[in-house]
Amino acid sequence: MNEIVKEGLILVGALFMLLAALGVVRLPDLLTRMHATTKAATFGVTLIMLAVALHFAQVAVVARAFGVILFIMMTAPVAAHVIGRAGYFVGTRLWERTLKDELRPHYDPLTHELKSGRECERNARYGAEEDAER
Amino acid sequence: MTPIILLSLVLMSLALCLAFVRLFRGPSLPDRVVALELFSSILVGMIGVVAIATDVASLLDVAIVMALMAFMTSIGFARFLERGGRRDE
Repeated sequence: MNEIVKEGLILVGALFMLLAALGVVRLPDLLTRMHATTKAATFGVTLIMLAVALHFAQVAVVARAFGVILFIMMTAPVAAHVIGRAGYFVGTRLWERTLKDELRPHYDPLTHELKSGRECERNARYGAEEDAER
Repeated sequence: MTPIILLSLVLMSLALCLAFVRLFRGPSLPDRVVALELFSSILVGMIGVVAIATDVASLLDVAIVMALMAFMTSIGFARFLERGGRRDE
């Protein structure tokens, strides 16, 4: 029983990692690629670390395995947020079929300034018209 | 147990190859940073599987250090990008 659960965890974890890599290659855009890697790879590492905890079944090893899981679950969103933010600031192109970019009417990439919604109502209206045309 | 471990190692090596394709081709630097982060995640998984295969529990420390280094690397790259690195590379 233990063996079967362990084997299943390892296999499913490896499959999720393959899925994440496939997403990184196939998806069209920085943000969609990040969406593939962060979640699927984190889940794969979590499953494999659970298998490690099951295999050794000692207190020290289980604590370390859960430490790895906790660390990755806490740092992966932070790293993804920081990279996505930097990518947007640098001016990475979005996919050409992106439907909505809500930050664009509010943010000026040259002055690096973020306006509130009221300040750029004209821009927002312009964006809404553009959406309506579609 | 051995064929399963072998199979999962093969799958993860394939994933590493795919991530390397993105690292090589990626049109902008953030894409490459994402591929590097995926590299380190896959490596943590591989280290876990090798720890199971060889019954060496202390390999988990290596996995912890690997995860830590990956986090610091991505934070550093993001800082570098926001401070104005090269835009198109």
